[in-house]
Amino acid sequence: MFAFIISRLLQALPVMLTVALLSFAMFAYVGDPVAIMLGQDYTIAQRDQLVADLGLDQPFFVQFMKFVVNAAQGEFGLSYRLSRPVAQLIVERAPATLELALCAAILALAVGVPMGVYTGLYRNSWLSRFFLTFSLIGVSLPTFLIGILLILTFSVWLGWLPSFGRGDTVNIGGWSTGLLTWSGLKALILPSITLGLFQLTLIMRLVRAEMMEVLRTDYIKFARARGLTNRAVHFGHALKNTLVPVITITGLQLGAIIAFAIVTETVFQWPGMGLLFIQSVAVADIPVMSAYLLLIALMFVTINLIVDLLYYAVDPRLRIGRGKGAH
Amino acid sequence: MTVPLLEVRNLRVEFPTRRGTLVALDDVSFSIAPGEVLGVVGESGAGKSMTGAAIIGLLEPPGRIAGGQILLNGRRIDNLPYSELRKLRGREIGAIFQDPLTTLNPLYTVGAQLIETMVTHLPLNPAQARAKAIEWLELVGIPAASQRIDSYPHEFSGGMRQRVVIALALCAEPKLIVADEPTTALDVSIQAQVISLLKSLARDKGTSMMLVTHDMGVIAETADRVAVMYAGRIVEIGAVRNVVQQASHPYSAGLMGSIPPVGRRLERLQQIDGSMPRLSSIPPGCAYNPRCPKVFDRCRVDRPELMPAKDGNLAACWLYAEQGVPRHA
Ligand SMILES: Nc1ncnc2c1ncn2[C@@H]1O[C@H](COP(=O)(O)OP(=O)(O)OP(=O)(O)O)[C@@H](O)[C@H]1O
Ligand code: SF4
Ligand SMILES: [Mg+2]
Repeated sequence: MFAFIISRLLQALPVMLTVALLSFAMFAYVGDPVAIMLGQDYTIAQRDQLVADLGLDQPFFVQFMKFVVNAAQGEFGLSYRLSRPVAQLIVERAPATLELALCAAILALAVGVPMGVYTGLYRNSWLSRFFLTFSLIGVSLPTFLIGILLILTFSVWLGWLPSFGRGDTVNIGGWSTGLLTWSGLKALILPSITLGLFQLTLIMRLVRAEMMEVLRTDYIKFARARGLTNRAVHFGHALKNTLVPVITITGLQLGAIIAFAIVTETVFQWPGMGLLFIQSVAVADIPVMSAYLLLIALMFVTINLIVDLLYYAVDPRLRIGRGKGAH
Repeated sequence: MTVPLLEVRNLRVEFPTRRGTLVALDDVSFSIAPGEVLGVVGESGAGKSMTGAAIIGLLEPPGRIAGGQILLNGRRIDNLPYSELRKLRGREIGAIFQDPLTTLNPLYTVGAQLIETMVTHLPLNPAQARAKAIEWLELVGIPAASQRIDSYPHEFSGGMRQRVVIALALCAEPKLIVADEPTTALDVSIQAQVISLLKSLARDKGTSMMLVTHDMGVIAETADRVAVMYAGRIVEIGAVRNVVQQASHPYSAGLMGSIPPVGRRLERLQQIDGSMPRLSSIPPGCAYNPRCPKVFDRCRVDRPELMPAKDGNLAACWLYAEQGVPRHA
């Protein structure tokens, strides 16, 4: 088990290094940080001084090593745009994005899985057909359009929910949370739906397809032949066997949710990392962009590891080395 | 004659399809006495599995029972609501399927599957059920049962898994077992062991069995009576010795033709020239007439019902029409 985690971490290392190389290359070759930092008026001496300070006169490899070492310590330098440490900016913005992503993921799972089970079990019912039609809409409408439609309906026409921002937040040990205030929770609703809707429909369709597949298997027939209750057959035997693919997709989608929160955050002016990233792109704020890239890569790698661990928990066949001599 | 445990009367199973209704089982009637083993043989597609599925109430939709009755201990079970039928399954009628590699849920230990089956049907608490589960595993010959109870299906070999399946089918002590080719998927070397286990367990518990198989050797050694099926009908039924040695119906005679003399391991069913008609194109008259060496005019016009034939067998064949009046059910 421990060895398994270590080996997965070692496998993740090249991935992270590659992403680091990309973001460093962006650092080194896109835009001219010196020109940006110095502004309009500067002397050659000032310029050379800054180049030396930033280590830009050193060989590429040395610079890259320094970048990696710094990045590993969470050190990404100053934002060109805000002249504040990038790490600080990200730490400030991360809670907003993570809370939003988490709510969206929970929504997608809590609604998507039961809908998938239902439509898988009662394929021809009226409600199943409705869910399927609804899921087509979820899959085909672009996120920004969903966001705008929701704002239009619930903020503009009905006036029930705020159309932008996080509402009031409470700071707990440096983590600003919107989960503890009424206005914070209300502000979460529309963005969570916007962000989670695609994932919800995806999970629903996946669970449905898997359920239909599993219900045809011999072990389900045998479970019925043993006289188990429908509840035990459907939720004990069938649903559990759909979990492996559902975990995979959900894991990947959680990464995607965080990465693509950019659109939702822009629509709702949600003060998260995605919005920070978009604002940084607009002015080529390279340190922020490269830090964001690395962070997203790190999240994908971590989520993959968690997904693997969950497999391990769900499917005994993957627990190699545990067998006490089969046959 | 004792009261039959299971009685199937004029069972008809249909599959509505886009190109009309297929009749998968037509006028199937037989009974199984308490403690009796009925062998069921016939070529692939004859309707053997379909008969078993109809009895346990697990026909795959859109298949449905369109006529006839199934009685267990004199009580009709073919028209029970799903929830009532569910209580019978496992408790009154156990089922064993063909492939032990796919009939066990890979994500649960064999113990968990045994325990949930027993707890569903019997008044046992989990601890009692666990003790019982270990007993059952010992009974079906799993070594070190008290340790293996927490193993997952993939940790057992095919033969051992089929033993687990047998334990699962028997653990709520049903009075009837429907075993659909229980050894076909197993290694030839262990087929005999598994069959003799099944046979001795059924005998000890007084369980009746409907045993579907292609292996005439198994039938000869295990069954009391045999039903031969062809194109969705029973074409001959009778005591095992009579059918194997003195088949009345030309189709059964063809099937039995290749059986080597007693004493040698018996082989698979003989190949008969031609093939069984598809359900959508069953010929008029006797369904076997295009392949029958003894076919005569009447066979192409009228469909024969089961009627008394040699040695007290019943056969659906016009050759025996003179010997008695066709038996009408
Ligand atoms: N879903 C279905 N729709 C239409 N026909 C079906 C369906 N399922 C089975 N059948 C037909 O019903 C007939 C009986 O099938 P069954 O499985 O009972 O055969 P069998 O005697 O068990 O054969 P085998 O020895 O291959 O197991 C076959 O002709 C098959 O083609
Ligand atoms: S009824 Fe005729 S065709 Fe059918 S088995 Fe008997 S002899 Fe052959
Ligand atoms: Mg079959």
